[in-house]
Amino acid sequence: MKNWQNIEFSGEELGHYSRHLSIPEFGMEGQKKLKAAKVLAVGTGGLGAPMLQYLAAAGVGTIGIVDFDKVEASNLHRQVLFGASDVGRPKVEVAKKRLQEINPHIDIEVHNVRLTSDNALKIIQEYDVVADGTDNFPTRYLINDACVMLDKPNVHGSIFQFEGQLSVFNYVDEEGNRGPNYRDLFPEPPPPGLVPSCAEAGVLGVLPGIIGCLQASEVIKIITGIGQPLSGKLFLYDAQDFSTRKVNITKNEDNPLRGEDPEITELIDYEAFCGVPSVNGEQQEESEVPEVTVEEYKQWLDSGEDVQLIDVREPHEVEIAEMGGELIPLKTITDNADKISRNKKVVVHCRSGQRSADAIKQLQEKYDFDNLYNLKGGILAWSEKIDENIPQY
Amino acid sequence: MAKIIIPTPLRKYTDQNRAFETDKETLSDAIRQFVDEYPEVKDNLLDEEGSVRSYIKLYIGDEEVNPAKNGSRELNEDTEVSIIPAIAGGK
Repeated sequence: MKNWQNIEFSGEELGHYSRHLSIPEFGMEGQKKLKAAKVLAVGTGGLGAPMLQYLAAAGVGTIGIVDFDKVEASNLHRQVLFGASDVGRPKVEVAKKRLQEINPHIDIEVHNVRLTSDNALKIIQEYDVVADGTDNFPTRYLINDACVMLDKPNVHGSIFQFEGQLSVFNYVDEEGNRGPNYRDLFPEPPPPGLVPSCAEAGVLGVLPGIIGCLQASEVIKIITGIGQPLSGKLFLYDAQDFSTRKVNITKNEDNPLRGEDPEITELIDYEAFCGVPSVNGEQQEESEVPEVTVEEYKQWLDSGEDVQLIDVREPHEVEIAEMGGELIPLKTITDNADKISRNKKVVVHCRSGQRSADAIKQLQEKYDFDNLYNLKGGILAWSEKIDENIPQY
Repeated sequence: MAKIIIPTPLRKYTDQNRAFETDKETLSDAIRQFVDEYPEVKDNLLDEEGSVRSYIKLYIGDEEVNPAKNGSRELNEDTEVSIIPAIAGGK
């Protein structure tokens, strides 16, 4: 950490940080380095919420936060920065207020945007360390590549149901040796759908709390130079059987970011790289299957039209929120094609409209259905626009 | 018996089983027995050449292994082969 020697503390600050100052290995030097440091947290979700609170409390002088989401009720079982009264408010605003309450002696910079290939380099270059608490593969590869290009360490945490992973990528040690990056560990992302998001697959609320705190610990170690950062290693935690493992990450000779003449020298289209539809509205392709909006579907019902409704979610989701219809989970849809009418309009729905689109595609390809409509936005849109009594999840 | 530890994202292809015990003595034989038992795992674990896919790692202890490169690696009674997939959740 540069320019830390001239840092000074007020009497109040010395009181706040006194337990750090009492650790011989940490002391005033460690605390000054923290105050001089600028850390960017991408995502204020399950990982970001605990991590940010500890980084703020610890005295990281400048914390940047990138997030474009608003607080939702489904966030509250794990995103402990937020409370019930914050639902509907921009996360970065709520987070800033809460973090300044925890520590009024630090600066919080908010970036209420989605991190993209267009803005990532400009945002990240202002910071010393990046902490990745995002929720999707395109943004993870974007952060990784930007950190390599800008020479920033990337503290990576990720979670799935009961399992967490942690590593420090692109870390340069005191001898100048650069550690591996995310593309050394996983050169390519899994095909869309193999590893569902937390929204689809769920996550144990406390799990991101554990992994997010470990991320905060690694960030603090990198800044202060205390201990050995988790560079070149991947830490794995499974809450179900309380197993922890630490495995070696070897450098991949084919890493396109590496070598004297790297294959990738500027940020790319990460949605295309990960095989997922673009998040940019202008580039969004038209749906491949016929769609119906929740308003149109409501009109069909109100006018007495005979419509069959199929729900392709899982039984446990029906227990959370239900809008009627016959339950045929996606994985069994083609085996149950005989239950689906061919003589009237059939509306297929799921949580957000992705699985139902997949179900329609399968039924069209295998059985030539031509009367199926995907409920755009799924039960979430129905809840938002038609029936607010149905919970969002 | 050696054991293959199955990560959560692949358990939908293994009847939700968390581990697979094998009496095979080499890595490649054990992996072959595993994918024969759960054929749906195969496409998500191995490519056409039998190499581990680029979004998954296999480990014995803390050391990366790959049946296409270390297939003859011997397994002991207490060997654990870990399958570690990329996961992206964070919100």
